[in-house]
Amino acid sequence: MTPALLVLLLVAVFPLVYLVLVSFQGITMTNNSSEFVGLINYRAILNDHRLWGAVGHTLIFLTIALPLELIIGLFMAQLFLNQLPGRQIMIGLLVLPVVVAPIVAGAIWSLMFDNRYGPINQVIGWIVGHDMPILWTIRPELVYPAILIAEVWQWTPFMFLLLLAALANVDKSQLEAAAIDGASYWRIFFLIVLPSIWPVMAIALLIRLLDLFRLFDVVWTLTRGGPGTMTETISIFTYNQGFRQFETSYTAAVALLIVVMLSAVLMWALKRVGLSR
Amino acid sequence: MNRIPLSFRVKQALRLCVAILITLVFLFPVYWLAMNSFKTADEIYSSPPVWWPASLQLNNYLVLFKDGDAISVFNSLLVASVSTLLAMTLGTLCAYSLARFKTGGDHLSNWIISQRMVPPIAVVFPIFLLYVFFGWVDTYIGMILLYTAFNLPYVIWMMRGYIQDIPRSLEEAALIDGCSPWQVFYKVVLPMCKGGLLATAIFTFIFSWNEFLFALVLTRTEVTTFTVQVTHYFGGQSNFWTKIAAMSVLGTLPVFIAVVFMQRYLVRGISMGAVKG
Repeated sequence: MTPALLVLLLVAVFPLVYLVLVSFQGITMTNNSSEFVGLINYRAILNDHRLWGAVGHTLIFLTIALPLELIIGLFMAQLFLNQLPGRQIMIGLLVLPVVVAPIVAGAIWSLMFDNRYGPINQVIGWIVGHDMPILWTIRPELVYPAILIAEVWQWTPFMFLLLLAALANVDKSQLEAAAIDGASYWRIFFLIVLPSIWPVMAIALLIRLLDLFRLFDVVWTLTRGGPGTMTETISIFTYNQGFRQFETSYTAAVALLIVVMLSAVLMWALKRVGLSR
Repeated sequence: MNRIPLSFRVKQALRLCVAILITLVFLFPVYWLAMNSFKTADEIYSSPPVWWPASLQLNNYLVLFKDGDAISVFNSLLVASVSTLLAMTLGTLCAYSLARFKTGGDHLSNWIISQRMVPPIAVVFPIFLLYVFFGWVDTYIGMILLYTAFNLPYVIWMMRGYIQDIPRSLEEAALIDGCSPWQVFYKVVLPMCKGGLLATAIFTFIFSWNEFLFALVLTRTEVTTFTVQVTHYFGGQSNFWTKIAAMSVLGTLPVFIAVVFMQRYLVRGISMGAVKG
């Protein structure tokens, strides 16, 4: 008990205290004085278009990827719910993307999207009938689809597995009774199935929400936040501020902002979802 | 009239086709990665791309071992397994105390799991400065302690769930028979949650194995993990696809093997215990 708590306190409480302290100072790459400068860093946050841009990009990824993963995952769960030849094997294979390192997922999709050596452009070329050297990770209008495809590929199976487990637990007798009473497929789905799988669905959504909020690895391998800062997520922005530009105090303020934003979402969500038993 | 109606069979066949198609779509990127790791440089850098290499030559892997890059896989292995061992030991003890003696009540448990949800980017910066101060950057001890701490909340949370599933009467019986509380722990509780222990350990291992952001910030040349090594092959002008593919496969194999043995506990593990499968 105690040793575990000590370790947790060290990594959980120390960083926060430190962040608060440093965020009120004026440490940058060139200025190492630990003088307190008040709220300057926090005022800078308000006027930092690049930061709010990064928040916006993260929200875009979140609002597109989350529903896509949910809908495709739900569809797949329905598809695999009843007996099929080779069902267990297929489910086993579908697990693979979830456990692959996100960095590897990014590597896989940079291979897939490569403009000359990737299969995606080749297939598109077959369809349109001539070579299509599309620059997926460079063209501004295509980077979002590229990253989203990689992200949805990796995490839809996660949704699928959880929803499959939830669907398998839906009370069969209720479904049969409703079907005998002549209820339509969608009516049964919305009135019986959905309420019954909701607790699991909510937790799956929450876990994915938190993961997307910290999105880093896949974007890092595919675009490094580029072109320009077009796909910079909150995590990539903060990394660049802290470890490329060495804006120590400003980074601390941004990191605190992230913690505060996330805590607010979490406290609200945990109460709703009831992950705690 | 016990023949299955034709329309039902057509529907089943259709379902099977869609299921196979979806599985293939999700598997193809993994196939593409694995297949590319066997290609010669000429085959990888050919446009249009080759879908099947002329021979399954292992040169790309041999190069990794010859150049010493494969040491990063060893680094990952060492860091992930030692930290898993530590986190499991500390975490299980803590979980037992939370589950059975109600230490700290629900608030403490909730606080612990909320630590899991803090985005790494928010804490990596202060931890980096702390590590510079201690001289822990790019050391095994630094990475091992970090991953231990990082995974503790997950271990505590999961093991608390598994321990709560054990009927309490067993422990009470052991106490009456003259076991000390410690004996109850390792003679009754641990054997009873063997499966849960193993599953949690494997997940903890996978999380450390796949982690990237902390490794990127806190390693330089000595303890580079395989995820960081993969990103080294991405260049500004061109990418070393042969190395990217081979290193990614090397780094995915252990996870793949782990998952094959883990099917039963998978859903509970990835849903943070929300779904008891």
